[in-house]
Amino acid sequence: MTTVLGRAGLWLAVLFLAIMAAAGAADRNFSIHMAIVATAAFIAMCATVSGADYAAIARGFLKMPDEGRYDDDPIRWGVIATVFWGMAGFAAGLFIALQLTWPVLNLEPYLNFGRVRPLHTSAVIFAFGGNALIATSYYVVQRTCRARLAFPGLARFVFWGYQLFIVLAATGYLLGSTQGKEYAEPEWYVDWWLTIVWVCYLAVFVGTVVKRSEPHIYVANWFYLAFIITVAMLHVVNNLDVPVSLLGSKSYPLFGGVQGALVQWWYGHNAVGFFLTAGFLAMMYYFVPKQAERPIYSYRLSIIHFWSLIFLYIWAGPHHLHYTALPDWAQTLGMVFSIMLWMPSWGGMINGLMTLNGAWDKVRTDPIIRMMVMALAFYGMSTFEGPMMSVKSVNSLSHYTDWTIGHVHSGALGWNGMITFGALYYLVPRLWGRERLYSLRMVNWHFWLATVGIVFYAASMWVAGITQGLMWREYGADGYLVNSFADSVAALHPMYMLRAFGGLLYLSGAVVMVVNVWATILGKRREEAPMRDAAFDPTRDRPIVQVPAAAE
Amino acid sequence: MSTHSTYDMLRHLADSWGLVAMGVVFLVLVAWPFRRALRERNEAAARMIFEDENDG
Repeated sequence: MTTVLGRAGLWLAVLFLAIMAAAGAADRNFSIHMAIVATAAFIAMCATVSGADYAAIARGFLKMPDEGRYDDDPIRWGVIATVFWGMAGFAAGLFIALQLTWPVLNLEPYLNFGRVRPLHTSAVIFAFGGNALIATSYYVVQRTCRARLAFPGLARFVFWGYQLFIVLAATGYLLGSTQGKEYAEPEWYVDWWLTIVWVCYLAVFVGTVVKRSEPHIYVANWFYLAFIITVAMLHVVNNLDVPVSLLGSKSYPLFGGVQGALVQWWYGHNAVGFFLTAGFLAMMYYFVPKQAERPIYSYRLSIIHFWSLIFLYIWAGPHHLHYTALPDWAQTLGMVFSIMLWMPSWGGMINGLMTLNGAWDKVRTDPIIRMMVMALAFYGMSTFEGPMMSVKSVNSLSHYTDWTIGHVHSGALGWNGMITFGALYYLVPRLWGRERLYSLRMVNWHFWLATVGIVFYAASMWVAGITQGLMWREYGADGYLVNSFADSVAALHPMYMLRAFGGLLYLSGAVVMVVNVWATILGKRREEAPMRDAAFDPTRDRPIVQVPAAAE
Repeated sequence: MSTHSTYDMLRHLADSWGLVAMGVVFLVLVAWPFRRALRERNEAAARMIFEDENDG
């Protein structure tokens, strides 16, 4: 009873503080955000009070969680949140692609490109990707440690606290509240909230690893742990800000000038390296072997992959600042480490693909494996393209052009998206106790819509990027630039239409997934012909009758 | 220490002993799983995820 009262009291205190902060806020955005926090605290308080088992408390006998079962509730919520935020993020992406093609779609002030773009990037990276990482890490750490999740209350707080972070970040962007830092746009108080949630996440994860029954810690957990710890470090250092007022939404960064730029891209590139790579590799190292029903090709290679990524990725950030005020040696260092990263990345890709050695037929027969193989192929492709673009001479052509956008999306849509879809399709029937997915053929549709969508996206952005790069650097015989900036914008228009079409295909694939996941959760099963079966022709399935030759 | 000498010290550490130390740590970590004694443990670790076929 005291714990229920204590928790409810804590939420009540947060509620009061938030209402006071909303009333005394220095600006409108802070006031709106504190109102959202107050609402969240109120919901948390009600849930604490109504969710308690009073009959058990009265008997003086609390129902303890069954240690013989995995704690899957937060994972089920996480799967639903991943699908939901994925749809929101993909739709926002299509919307801004259309805005770039037809600027009339810039709906001032709340839905202009400058505000919806961070909404799109944060929704897909942190909301879709982050929820996928939290959900799968809870799943994988329990299964590979053969232990129930540690700190169940904290695990639930991590899930809901993370959703609050997403809501605060997204509403902040639309209201125009931003630090203006790539992938780190939320203002200082949202950063503090995420820090609290993230430390709890670390506690839940490490707590579960500590109470494991398996002596060995499976390699996927190494990747998850590296992801959690490094993101904590990056997030805190990059968001060392001084708020103007403790009741206002504006803050200024501690680091200025080129130091600030380097810290930002140290963060920015490692958000790619540890959030979008290490975390998703953890998914790969568990779900690919499980779906293929074969152990990982080489466990040693996975350990080399791990340590090489950890040691190399952290230095690659300066390649975002080629030909800037950053010292030349730092730029070269960033470039050299980026090129070295190619090796462990391809080692990891080969490790994942070769897991299918001896079972390659599954690529034809199992659309979920096909999705995972495509994810690994895109992992390999974008980790080749990235080092190439980090070379200074290539970068002088590609930087600030749409080539960068194409590169990011071949990694994000191809690698992160596809491996997440594969993991979701693996998880949904198991988490809801269904025999199989609603429809495997719909997974196949999703696969092809997504793949063709990425092809349209990446190809159009390559053409657009190289067009831009060449037009911007073209000099005439008189020594003047040949093209104005607006000329290059006009030249890109058809490419922007093709990109939006690719995004539409990718979003359509995700809609197919929503239907499939939804129907699976409801327990429906689509009557459909199997994906592949051995050939059988009943008309030929009969003995040959020897007809005696007719007498002359 | 002045800003410049801090920079200078870190810069020298980074391209001498710091680099050597990180290189050695990296090589040890990468070489570790190749010890002969770990051959079977690696095999077992790779197969460990198939021991719980019941996901309940």
